[in-house]
Amino acid sequence: MSRLLVCPPDYFKIEYEINPWMRCSNAVDSDQAIHQWHHLMQVLEQDVGAVLERMKPVPGLPDLVFTANAGIVVGRKAVPSRFRYPERQREEAYFEDWFRGQGYELVMLDPGCFFEGAGDLLGFPDTWFGGYRQRTDIRVFPTLSDWFHREIIPLELVDKRFYHLDTCLCPLSGGELLYFPPAFDRYGQEALAERIASSRRLVVPEVEALRFACNAVCVEKHVVLPAGCPETEALLTSRGYLPHPVPLDEFMKSGGSAKCLTLALD
Amino acid sequence: MTQTQETVVLTGHIIDSLILAKVLDRILMMGGTFDIQDMQIGKTREEPSRARIIVRASSAKLLSEILHAIQPHGASVESERDCRLAAAPADGIFPDEFYATTHLSTQVRVHDQWVEVEGIEMDLGICVDPVGLTARTIPMGQVKRGDLIVTGREGVRVIPLQRPRARDVFSFMESQVSAERPHGHIIGDIAKRLMQLRAGFREGKSGSKVLLAGGPAIVHAGGREALTWLIEEAFIHVLFCGNALPAHDMEVDLYGTSLGYGHAAGRVVPHGHEHHLRTINRIRAIGSIEAAVRTGVIKTGIMAACVRRGVHIVMAGTIRDDGPLPGVITDSLEAQAAMRAAIPGIGLALLVASTLHAVATGNLLPATIPSVCVDVNPAVPTKLSDRGSFQAVGLVMDAASFLRELARELGARL
Repeated sequence: MSRLLVCPPDYFKIEYEINPWMRCSNAVDSDQAIHQWHHLMQVLEQDVGAVLERMKPVPGLPDLVFTANAGIVVGRKAVPSRFRYPERQREEAYFEDWFRGQGYELVMLDPGCFFEGAGDLLGFPDTWFGGYRQRTDIRVFPTLSDWFHREIIPLELVDKRFYHLDTCLCPLSGGELLYFPPAFDRYGQEALAERIASSRRLVVPEVEALRFACNAVCVEKHVVLPAGCPETEALLTSRGYLPHPVPLDEFMKSGGSAKCLTLALD
Repeated sequence: MTQTQETVVLTGHIIDSLILAKVLDRILMMGGTFDIQDMQIGKTREEPSRARIIVRASSAKLLSEILHAIQPHGASVESERDCRLAAAPADGIFPDEFYATTHLSTQVRVHDQWVEVEGIEMDLGICVDPVGLTARTIPMGQVKRGDLIVTGREGVRVIPLQRPRARDVFSFMESQVSAERPHGHIIGDIAKRLMQLRAGFREGKSGSKVLLAGGPAIVHAGGREALTWLIEEAFIHVLFCGNALPAHDMEVDLYGTSLGYGHAAGRVVPHGHEHHLRTINRIRAIGSIEAAVRTGVIKTGIMAACVRRGVHIVMAGTIRDDGPLPGVITDSLEAQAAMRAAIPGIGLALLVASTLHAVATGNLLPATIPSVCVDVNPAVPTKLSDRGSFQAVGLVMDAASFLRELARELGARL
């Protein structure tokens, strides 16, 4: 059973611009966003069999809906995020409260050490990957590695459109990696190639990477991803996965999709 | 070349992620260099690794640009402390725990800035002016009460010698001394250096002067003509010697003997042992070597060439000297100071057939100045190379053969 933290999009809109996808002029259709979000929840609960923990939305915090950036959860410990932009720093207290309310032991990073949670830290059971340079500071990884006894391979994000690691890389439950190589520099690409055999690296075409095909939620053989990525779906199907495309274009206006809207709790 | 440097630390899974490779590549691509000073590699996959890297650049601006570029990849500047200073308790006495210099370029941290120590030389103290942000070496005997002297090792860093760019005998950065190696190519390389330095000297380039420190064996063994030629051709600009080298050189001019041995006759001449004393007495009567040359009393040889060519001469006396000749400095601290004052601008030092002057000069030279030590006794070049200088070439051979071969390489017909 997989538990995911989500937050209803009651107050979701574009109120500021902190990534290349966000345009205040590109208004969110709230009804449509709510409809898409509920559709996603339905797929996650009914098709994938995930258990959803719902956070209470907060007026004035439009991005609270992107719970992937709440922090990371490892066992009963939670490390809350430290956002780079002041616009999102206001979310920190709410995420911390939620973790605390659920009985998690909070492990706090030094203030000023930017870390944007599961948006920039994902991986396989033994090896984690850490995206850095755009939002998260590379210096948090040795600390996290020390706390959780995991190897963390830092990967520099070199394309502003892929500003979090979960926008261009998605580890799958069977050990394969869905990713968009040009989002990384030569060193990052080589480090990934060194670690994961080419037969297990599924390269997403650019046009679908730009639809955030990599921003997918993988639970066992199920992969929930944004609609409009047929080649990625075919790649997944060929490896025995069950793709579940969900239209999420209202959230793409803010630079987020399926994965950004969830946080894996265990 | 003045280099600036900073130590950075990189921690984490820096090897498999190629972060270390990326940081090192970035340093090189931007024109800097690095030394990995310390590397701890994680023993398990989970355990992080740690590297301490010294980053060097040709200017403070470039160094700052490099540090700025590698900082986002986790390379953080290691925090450093200012050097510790203590006031000299009395004239001529360093404070306890004073820092003793090496012959390598050294910097001290004052008010969070790295300050280059001027006049680097081994076995001295470092005197700091914290207001003017300057630092200079100071001999024990010259320290004044209240001078601020560096103590301990904190906030002091020694810059290792860079491998020289030129690919010649000096670039091997090793100090082997052997009588069993052929000398030809070594002397060839020294000759090339002398040519380059003379050209540089004529263009007024700094660091183009050649220093020769020599003993009287040069004259006794028959190297006088070759050395005179080298001076006349402007390959030598500074001469360090004692009382004996000039005495016997001028003895040859006046009497045709050195230490009573007839150069042309090839045998000891009657009462020849008095000749050097009579020579010294004559010059003392004239008042100076320069006057003896200018008035035509001394016409040929090393000293005559030096006077004509304007070579800067420092004559340092010893307790066994006869006379001595006018101009010989008999106070050894004064002599040391005069030699020290002549070091700036030297680009190559030839230390030929004199244990005393070779070792004294070697101690005054910073490691950046290449030196050649020539002696029939292997103990002398060995003693010098034991200083750890990377650009010290030792030749176990007779002084006259060396000078003659060198002069021939440079075009002399001897």
